Amino acid sequence: MQFSTGPGYSRRKLVNGIMLGLCGAAAGLAIIILALILGYTVVHGISYLNLDFLTQATKPVGEVGGGMRNEIFGTLILVVLASIFALPVGLLAGIFLSEYASPRMAATVRFMADILAGVPSIVVGVFVYAIMVRPMHSYSALSAGVALAIIMVPVVARTAEESLRLVPNTMREAALALGITRWRAVIGVVIPGAMTGIITGIMLAIARIAGETAPLLFTALGSQFGIQGLLKPIGALPLQIYHYALSPYPSEQQQAWAGAFLLVILVLGISILVRWVSNRKRM
Amino acid sequence: MVTKLNPRKIALSRRMKGWRLNRRSGFSDKIFSNLTFFFALVIVAILVGLLIILVRDAMPAITRFGFAFFTSSAWNPVKLVFGALPAIYGTLLTSAIGLLIAVPISLGAAIFLVELAPKWLAGPASFIIEMLAAIPSVIIGLWGLFVLVPVVNHPIESWLSNHLGGLPFFQGQIFGVSFLAAGIILAIMIIPIITAVSRDAMRAVPNEQREAMYALGATRWEVIRQAVLPYCRSGIIGGIILGLGRALGETMAVTMVIGNSYKITPSLFSPGSTIASTIALQFSEASAGVSVGSLIELALILFGVTLFVNVIARVLVWRMTSMKAAK
Repeated sequence: MQFSTGPGYSRRKLVNGIMLGLCGAAAGLAIIILALILGYTVVHGISYLNLDFLTQATKPVGEVGGGMRNEIFGTLILVVLASIFALPVGLLAGIFLSEYASPRMAATVRFMADILAGVPSIVVGVFVYAIMVRPMHSYSALSAGVALAIIMVPVVARTAEESLRLVPNTMREAALALGITRWRAVIGVVIPGAMTGIITGIMLAIARIAGETAPLLFTALGSQFGIQGLLKPIGALPLQIYHYALSPYPSEQQQAWAGAFLLVILVLGISILVRWVSNRKRM
Repeated sequence: MVTKLNPRKIALSRRMKGWRLNRRSGFSDKIFSNLTFFFALVIVAILVGLLIILVRDAMPAITRFGFAFFTSSAWNPVKLVFGALPAIYGTLLTSAIGLLIAVPISLGAAIFLVELAPKWLAGPASFIIEMLAAIPSVIIGLWGLFVLVPVVNHPIESWLSNHLGGLPFFQGQIFGVSFLAAGIILAIMIIPIITAVSRDAMRAVPNEQREAMYALGATRWEVIRQAVLPYCRSGIIGGIILGLGRALGETMAVTMVIGNSYKITPSLFSPGSTIASTIALQFSEASAGVSVGSLIELALILFGVTLFVNVIARVLVWRMTSMKAAK
């Protein structure tokens, strides 16, 4: 190959210009798509969002008005339930990976966590249906919480592990040199040092499960009767958006947009906030 | 992600063995480390449990249909005859369309972010593309149904039908909801993943690679194509396969725009189904043991395929990043 300003140079320059232009265009396109999705959701959502939407229950099919109060509460309840189940498992597994596991053991568990994170969320829904909904003969908030927790665990475990690893070993050694036991060094010194990263991971996991719909289809199911307890079906914001999106009634479709707007604010709000805080910390 | 031995940490833990202040503290240490080990095992148990439970509950369908489940196109809850072929076909077809669209765009975007963009632009642009990954799939589905599907209907499908109508992919009636619409939605959903992994892979290419090419008088594009891309090939392929894994299992957005008809046809304009969309739509209506069993067998197939795809992707990405760590 000849790299000089000899024959073919102008052709090479042209190819260079075209290809680099295309790369820029590709990046632009990806950003435009996001802008389009967000733009539509915000514009449609704001115009249909009102106080009723936040404070009223859903109206029966065909009636205009109403809101998603119960579904908003439902999503909050499910997120809290999932966090109660997932955080102890995720955090302690993360501590194991970073502090106690032999390299080989760590690689195996880490690999398993990554694979679990890649399991389609609908498969998780089917799994929880089989182990909880079917034996208990009822769709329930509890089973939906478990399904979301299964999605949450690998995310929390991996981010916790990565943040714990960033704590310098000198901190561990200093703590041990004071004569305290290893577990107290982990809890009193290593974990506080990694707190920002751990909380970032937890918040990102919450943002992810708050918008999950597929695992709720056959666990939470949705409910027209509000919130009746943890062993009964429960509504959730993303689930209701899905049902209303496929509805033939324009009033319900508008509610879907309003719900989508609220969900986007929640999910992207958390992501952006977390990013901003962790960036500031790093500087 | 990086699996790296930290010699100092190993030395520390070896030294710790048999070095205890008193019996009680040694005991409490043991309890705590065993506790963390137990919770790490929970992750493994969930994965193994998934496999066992899905196989157990799919048994009614497995014993009844055997291998014919993979070759039959029927889905008849009344006569209780079920086959997975149209769902498998739809899953592969929509994922292929998604990759076909997403790969060039993602690679272009990644090249732009790593090689071309000035620093003040690369950061925010990267951030915006990552935000795309955070949007819940039901919202992308909502947007797809009300904004994208009409556009796919006209001008995209009408144009393809008028100009390329001779090809079998572009024949038949136009509905808007279609394999094509589902493929485009999947492309939108996997662009952020492929872009992010490729970007990290390209960043791992040492600058000497680029400088050597520039020294020979190569243009920027020639440097990218011949020095950067070949060097991080396995990382990029890993990213593409990770995207594929996501596309295969994506449920809500696809269910909302694919039209949900259970058939096999070469036409991309036709409504269809994927494994995930079939489960999502049929599950709450299924009552007989064999219908639920068939849906769970579909879930098992999806689990198996994504497991396989993710294992390959992880190994490729892991090899790439450990190569960087070794440098």
